[in-house]
Amino acid sequence: MLLQRFLIRLLTMAITLFGVAVVVFVVIRVAPGDPIAMMLPPGATDADIARLRALYGLDKTIVEQFFIWLSGVVRGDFGTSISLRQDVLGLVFNRLPATLELAIVALLMALAIGGTTAILGARERGTAVEAGIDIASGAALSIPDFLWGLVLILLFGVLVPVFDISGRVSPQLDLPFVTQFYLFESLARLRFDLTKDLLGHMLMPAIALALPLAAIISQLLKQSLKEVLDLDYVVLARVKGFSETQVILREALKNAALPTLTLVGVQFTFLIGGTVIVERLFSYEGLGNMAIDAVINRDLPLIQGIVLVFALLFVLINLAVDMMYALLNPRLRHG
Amino acid sequence: MDEARISRHGSGARLWLAGGWLLLALLAAIFAPLVAPQDPLAQDLMFERLPPFWMSGSEPGFWLGTDSLGRDLLSRLVFGARIAFIVAFAAALAACLVGSTLGLIAGYFGGWADRIISRIVDVWMAFPPVLFAILLVAVLGTGLSSVIIAIAVIDWTRFCRVIRAETMGQARMDYVENARIAGYGRIGIMLREVLPNVVPSIVALLSLEMGIAVIVEAILSFVNLSISTDDPTWGGIIAEGRLSIHQAWWVLVFPLVTLILTVLSFSQFGEALKARFDPVLR
Repeated sequence: MLLQRFLIRLLTMAITLFGVAVVVFVVIRVAPGDPIAMMLPPGATDADIARLRALYGLDKTIVEQFFIWLSGVVRGDFGTSISLRQDVLGLVFNRLPATLELAIVALLMALAIGGTTAILGARERGTAVEAGIDIASGAALSIPDFLWGLVLILLFGVLVPVFDISGRVSPQLDLPFVTQFYLFESLARLRFDLTKDLLGHMLMPAIALALPLAAIISQLLKQSLKEVLDLDYVVLARVKGFSETQVILREALKNAALPTLTLVGVQFTFLIGGTVIVERLFSYEGLGNMAIDAVINRDLPLIQGIVLVFALLFVLINLAVDMMYALLNPRLRHG
Repeated sequence: MDEARISRHGSGARLWLAGGWLLLALLAAIFAPLVAPQDPLAQDLMFERLPPFWMSGSEPGFWLGTDSLGRDLLSRLVFGARIAFIVAFAAALAACLVGSTLGLIAGYFGGWADRIISRIVDVWMAFPPVLFAILLVAVLGTGLSSVIIAIAVIDWTRFCRVIRAETMGQARMDYVENARIAGYGRIGIMLREVLPNVVPSIVALLSLEMGIAVIVEAILSFVNLSISTDDPTWGGIIAEGRLSIHQAWWVLVFPLVTLILTVLSFSQFGEALKARFDPVLR
């Protein structure tokens, strides 16, 4: 049952990725500008242009180009970036860790903020505390990450300048890292001075990304908690003399968390999508920031590669959540 | 029931507050040449980075101050509202039309139609939306119509997903079965019986989408990929404000507050309208 579900999901995943590849390929190829023209110095001859077009495979038909590119992608060859003249996969892997670290820190913050306010709101249900939490989460949800980023820049970059508002790490620091996962590696090497600097840069973009998701978690988890708190087994725990906080943490949370979990999966992909503009806003050197440059420079192979990596990330997260849900939900496990 | 009554009670105030701000901004956009105190494009290097009216060093007639080229901020915001509202209405309506139609078809007919439409939605959901928008505008060329097309092409899935699910729920109800027994055709039932019942959701989504369209336009302007750079846009002003943030904070604060109020109003207006028209809550 579980295996069958997994295989079906794997197949739809492959179809989705193929669809993304087709769409991005077609969209880019109808672009009016010629990417080759931007690479040439003034006074290049027609022969030079033809040679470069052939080099990047742009002299073939669209269908031919697509299958040449796709067969490369399957073998792990995403082509060469036109503007940076480097291997696309290498460029993407160089930037992906920065984006993943940012997204994971933002997710953890969203879970912490959303979880705490949900538990507090459920414990204080019907009071002014709950009403305040509702208003705050309503505002956090309606305002998108781009605007939160700007608000944070104004508050903590200008008004009370406590955090850095651009970059990933202070440029004057000497970095001993061998991987691109700076934050995780600084923790592993116990270089907490570097961790502090990295977090100082990451905090504001992460909060901007986390706030809308925190609001969704808070609203949904609070609602499920309130429903569970009226059930008999919870009432029994209360009769046994457990405090309301104990009842929520030990009895209610486990059963209320499942609906929230499925939603967090989809919302996490939205959060990763948000990194594109938030990274731009904070000049954070991640994949999204590079993607915008790639679009502006009409760097076709790089755009294709980045979009496909984002899409792969999204479908993998959805797959993971789906499987986790199936494992945790007894109705599906024994179905 | 208690909660429903509370939300309905609160919906009146929300409706008026949100609607009031939107009406104000819309009127300012329509009558921009009459409302704006200055020419939004006029540069005056004698008046660069003037602070807003309550601070020392301000000049009469430049209520919210000027940017680094000496252009009047209030006038630029008022003219920027024109672009914002045109994009909001046109893009949201286009996305709504495409998405709701496909959602109705997928939800009501099911089977192959549903499978194909749902697969396309899956593919669309695997794109990071902001990157998709930037890519589309880069491909279509900057300009007002490109921005509108890009937003509609990306955001139709929002309508499709919700309307599909709602239509599926409605299609199982007794009244649909009764209509079928009474001899109505399938398309007739879909349009005359099912559609009116999903309209409250469409209205709420439409209002929400207008707010999203305003944001996407601002993001595109921010990365310099919206309409021509001469016309003032809220996102363009924000991009300037981000650059001169340490010298002239007001160039960022005023467009940001305008955007936040507009986005909040669109989403609250939609929710309040839905609460008012939803037969279950009523």
